Amino acid sequence: MTPLLGVHDLCVRYDGREVLRALTVEVRRGEVVALMGRSGAGKTSALRAVAALQRFDGGRIDVDGFALEPGPVAPESRLKPLRRRVALVFQGHALFAHLSALENVALAPRHVLGRPRAEAEDTARRLLTALEVGGRADALPSQLSGGEAQRVAIARALALDPPLLLMDEPTAALDPARRGALGRTLRRLAADNGGRGLLIATHDIAFARAYADRVAILADGVVVEAGSPADVLDRPTHSATRALLAEGETA
Amino acid sequence: MPIAGRGLDHRPVIPPLTAHCAALAAAAWLGAPQRPDTTFLWGGDSEGGAPFVEADPADPSRVRGFDVEVAEAIARGLDRHARFIQVQWSSIDQSVERGDFAIGLSGVEDTPTRRARHAVTIPYFEFREVLAVRPEDAGRWPDLAHLRGRRVASLGATMAYDILVAARDSLGVVPVSYDDDVHPYSDLVAGRVDAVLLDHIIAARSLRRLGGTAFVIEPRAVAVGGYVGVLAKRDTALRDSVDRVLRAAMRDGTLERIFRRWDVWDAGQGELFQRVAGSSPRDPLSLRARGSDAPVVPGTFSVRAYLPSLGRAALVTAALSLLSMMVAVVVGLAVASGRVYGPAPLGVVLTGYVEVIRGTPLLLQLFVLYYGLSGVVRLPAFLAAVLGLGLNYAAYEAEIYRGALEAVSRTQLEAARTLGLSEGQILRLVRGPQAVRYALASMTNDFVALLKDSSLVSVLTVVELTKQTAIYATNVGNWIVPGMLCAVVYLVMSLPLARLGRRLERRWGGGRAA
Repeated sequence: MTPLLGVHDLCVRYDGREVLRALTVEVRRGEVVALMGRSGAGKTSALRAVAALQRFDGGRIDVDGFALEPGPVAPESRLKPLRRRVALVFQGHALFAHLSALENVALAPRHVLGRPRAEAEDTARRLLTALEVGGRADALPSQLSGGEAQRVAIARALALDPPLLLMDEPTAALDPARRGALGRTLRRLAADNGGRGLLIATHDIAFARAYADRVAILADGVVVEAGSPADVLDRPTHSATRALLAEGETA
Repeated sequence: MPIAGRGLDHRPVIPPLTAHCAALAAAAWLGAPQRPDTTFLWGGDSEGGAPFVEADPADPSRVRGFDVEVAEAIARGLDRHARFIQVQWSSIDQSVERGDFAIGLSGVEDTPTRRARHAVTIPYFEFREVLAVRPEDAGRWPDLAHLRGRRVASLGATMAYDILVAARDSLGVVPVSYDDDVHPYSDLVAGRVDAVLLDHIIAARSLRRLGGTAFVIEPRAVAVGGYVGVLAKRDTALRDSVDRVLRAAMRDGTLERIFRRWDVWDAGQGELFQRVAGSSPRDPLSLRARGSDAPVVPGTFSVRAYLPSLGRAALVTAALSLLSMMVAVVVGLAVASGRVYGPAPLGVVLTGYVEVIRGTPLLLQLFVLYYGLSGVVRLPAFLAAVLGLGLNYAAYEAEIYRGALEAVSRTQLEAARTLGLSEGQILRLVRGPQAVRYALASMTNDFVALLKDSSLVSVLTVVELTKQTAIYATNVGNWIVPGMLCAVVYLVMSLPLARLGRRLERRWGGGRAA
């Protein structure tokens, strides 16, 4: 079976410095993959390249049959098919500050799919309820707690029902109880609708161990070790993995 | 009477207070405060030009003209020597009342209001208010009654203009007010107005300047009036002395010689001298209408009588500001979008527009738009005012919007892109609405400023609130009541705006980019 997301030898340079040298990672339907590494390892750059928010300098990206080529970001008009295939949940959530939670979620169905307002808002309300923030539909982003804002951001990302979901450091601002709740939600999202694929950039070892199907350790611009959480996190073979684990335990 | 030869260098909108300051400064510089008994200070406006008062071509530090010689004759009769003080013509009354000089002489008109508020000499010259029309219209409208629905120009705050205002109500004439006495005639020739009503001396001078055939002066006078000297109300004793000197000058031929030298002598002056020299000192030579039509005589002015015209002027100001701001917002948005989204060459052009508009005076832009371009496109005054103000403020709005667009965080735009919104949708649904919130405080600020800057368009003959107030103030002879009324109307318009701005800011202030 071809993977939902295939990233092969991805290379990203900033001002001549190679942040990603040859990143290779795959995500299949129904699978939660944790892309792990220390801060600055290039996790966010990888997600942004897949979401066509930044240029990449080498390698291939294939999202459910839509291929991205190296070079500058293509004009938005050519990226329409990609936008229906992948969504990104930003680390700071990036909710539209002037719109309510409901309007944030309903925006794409209304204006990208051209659904009538009532229908778009019905869909949005169901999504918010499914993510346990149905009661906050009319709140502005500035009135939401960090956990609530994250759930609204996930609902917004799911509004066009893309098969692939990217998340950048989703547990960064959550206490342990909320991390558990988020983990269960992500497992459910992976299982729903014939199976979604989730690629999660994180350095949260406990979270990855508990909820990821596979982990990939990113160091020096390449994946140095990949496999099941048990294999990689309990029996690390690479020094970078061991360093990451040591850092996580002292944190 | 006249303020001729005003060009771009002059600012007709300078409030008379400024002129006072200038007159005071001049007085101080000339050593006026000591007022040695041998000096006779008299005020006039050398911008009025010949034959009234003009700078002497041989020695521009001196003035010449028939009013200059009348002043010198009066000074001689009082055993003093005359010294000239420059003062803006529309401010002569208030300046003399302040004590800046002893007498104002510069084609000052004999009106009931002036008589009531100041000490006024006997008239020393009879002038006729005459109609000027384009050559093809000669004889078509012999008097005001035939000019129903026609635009008739005059110099604001004069008897001629008051006659037109009275004729607006009784005869349906459309008065058009100017700040100088040159542009009424050039606009007549250009077809912007159908006729001009002004003093015969000014009409004749303008005709000479424009080559003698550009327009035609109708032979019949619409009204007749007299030029007088105006003194402070408390100076009745000095006024009576001046009257004695003037009567003597009428009898011994001094005045006739002066007027003949300046080529303004006619039979009417001799009749005037006979009437005035024989009559009792305070017998007013009031305005007389000639011809068969009903006399159109301006009355005295009360606050209540002025409220309707102030109301109309306030509406003009409000409509002007509203329409200009709409132009400014629409053009400003287009310019800002062009600078943020457009290709580099467009950005250069738009930046040039913004910098030229911001770097030059609004007054200059209005003059260029209205008078300068009149050979290419002849804009109606109100439209020119809306465009001038709107295009000027558009430059400022564009900068505000550009700053606001660039203040919307990049992540907000990226989030919108990942959802599949097009660039246009992102601008319309995400970036624009957020930028408006950033721009709101500055926009409110600009709108209030525009409301007040709209007073500048009076140079384009649009009578708005400030202009109407100036006319009112000149008629009642002081600025206190008119100034307060005017300030109240401006505040009534601007305070709600400021409040609305604050309320919107509060409502939207919470929604800042995450």
